[in-house]
Amino acid sequence: MKLYMMHLMPYADLDLDYDKTHNSAWITLPNSYYDPKKGAKLYNRYLDELEYADQLGFDGICVNEHHQNAYGLMPQPGVMAGALARRTKNVKIAILGRALPLLNNPVTVAEEFAMIDNITEGRFIAGFVRGIGAEYHAWSSNPADSHERFHEAHDLIVRAWTEIGPFPFEGKHYQFEYVNLWPRPYQTPHPPIWIPSQGSSETIEWASHPDRRYTYLQTFTPAAMLAKYMQMYKDMAAEHGYEATEDQLGWSVPVYVGETDEIARREAQPHIENFLNKFLRMPKEMLLPPGYLSLKSMIGVMKAKSAIGGKQTIDDVMDKGMFICGSPETVRQKLEHYQKDIGFGHLLTLLQFGTLPADLTRKNMELFAKEVMPHLQARGTTPAANEPAIA
Amino acid sequence: MTGCRIRIMRKGQGQSLLFLHGASGATNWLPFMDMLAQNYDVIVPEHPGFGASETPEWLDNVGDLAHFYLDLIDHLGLASVHLIGTSLGGWIAAELATCSCEKIKSLTLVAPAGISIPGVRKGDMFMWSPEELASKLFHNQDLAQSVPQTATEEAVMLMLKNRLMTAKLGWSPRMHNPHLRKWLHRITVPTLIIWGDDDQLLPPAYGPAYRDLIPSSSLHVIAQCGHLPHVEKAQEFVAKVTQFTKEAA
Repeated sequence: MKLYMMHLMPYADLDLDYDKTHNSAWITLPNSYYDPKKGAKLYNRYLDELEYADQLGFDGICVNEHHQNAYGLMPQPGVMAGALARRTKNVKIAILGRALPLLNNPVTVAEEFAMIDNITEGRFIAGFVRGIGAEYHAWSSNPADSHERFHEAHDLIVRAWTEIGPFPFEGKHYQFEYVNLWPRPYQTPHPPIWIPSQGSSETIEWASHPDRRYTYLQTFTPAAMLAKYMQMYKDMAAEHGYEATEDQLGWSVPVYVGETDEIARREAQPHIENFLNKFLRMPKEMLLPPGYLSLKSMIGVMKAKSAIGGKQTIDDVMDKGMFICGSPETVRQKLEHYQKDIGFGHLLTLLQFGTLPADLTRKNMELFAKEVMPHLQARGTTPAANEPAIA
Repeated sequence: MTGCRIRIMRKGQGQSLLFLHGASGATNWLPFMDMLAQNYDVIVPEHPGFGASETPEWLDNVGDLAHFYLDLIDHLGLASVHLIGTSLGGWIAAELATCSCEKIKSLTLVAPAGISIPGVRKGDMFMWSPEELASKLFHNQDLAQSVPQTATEEAVMLMLKNRLMTAKLGWSPRMHNPHLRKWLHRITVPTLIIWGDDDQLLPPAYGPAYRDLIPSSSLHVIAQCGHLPHVEKAQEFVAKVTQFTKEAA
């Protein structure tokens, strides 16, 4: 199994009492809450942490994109990947991902990703997402067109990477007379493509299609759901007449390792609860604008009234397997158990979350890298199957 | 019609009156429709993409609906129709009338979307919870409280469908077409613009702006009234519309 460190780069200095006057840490929270002096220190601290992951022997480091919020300060994740490209030597660098439907010009992402792939001489992993619903408020992109634009932007980017230009592109949402990418990507036919999702049968069906065989990455989901969606991917692959490899399945989960179970729980509790209740906080209308989900899925969400918004505790997320926390032995056992049971080949650990400070983040990283990671890395992964059959 | 089956409610006798509904659809026959039906042949379609009507492949923007309704007017053989549109429906009606007023006898725009005034901020219905939406659509909060919450799965599905199509048509640019204002001068029929003085979705400042852009128009502001004058002040609304359409006839 391959091990990665994922970072969200939250604004950890957020005044946590913001919720007395504002209903979310997203979109409508005034940016007067952001102090550039503190933010500058955080950016550099977080970049240091990801560089440290390279030294600790992680297989990869991951950043992502969110807009206008305190939850994650990477509206332009390419800036982070660019900064990391020259300061790291061994790790893969993954942008998981860019929210394609938001883009007025998807070629910008084809270009940016190809540049990072060149600079790192092929250490780059490309992620494509639709973004969470809040991004559609932030960028005024029409959520009702989200699916269409995702697919069209994806097709354009992959063609830009793989076809010799110039060629014209005439889509419904994007039109170009000349697509002719300079630079072409370093990897052939293009960087591996990962598809992060919180769970969607449509997405899995699309990602698992034999033309693509993209790595499906399940993010922040109860373990039971993780198992369900991973099985769905394998089943769909089987229906297409091939066997999905572990390389096609990944899981992203917050992890905290302490010296003992008790210490781990005590140290992690305030910070994971801030992550859940302060940084993730948003009303349903912000999270799920019209069209972001299919009508059928929306009905399901309306029925399950709880979802995001209600207070969650460390025990809630530990019980559901959404947060792996404990001594090295506990964490190792849990992750080995899930891996054996579910069979994913990529594990993305969120080792900083919410307000977790620098010292505890480093301790968490070191304990994980020294006491947990070697056992998991030793677990075999079937050879890479991420070789899309694109002409 | 045009590859799309739609649901139409129709009642009454007299001159034809075509009512184009707003973002929340036209599932039910409402009291103001009944009042108008005493003097008019009231035709209330559900827009393609809304309610029980189909969602056609060709539907991308409000201009598509304007052209669809020009087709519908031909299809129903309406030679001279009083056209009324509210909110999103007012935007459709305004777009339609800039294309052709040939078969339009009069135009009534009720708190129509469709234009934007720099510096006058509209409400963001997509950010409001169902409770906030109900409250902000009305001036009279007793009325807002009495709006039934969608209970059945079918009703929820309809609400979601209407909301989805409203987003499709009006998410960005938010509930307007930047090019519409350039051509509103083409509307040559008598036009009445009605606005509630306490409209929190499309502020009353939009009323004078619309009036100034349409040559033969007048503005009637209804006091103590929110975004839905035809619901909140049905009597005054119907009286004003009846008077106006009679004068225009």
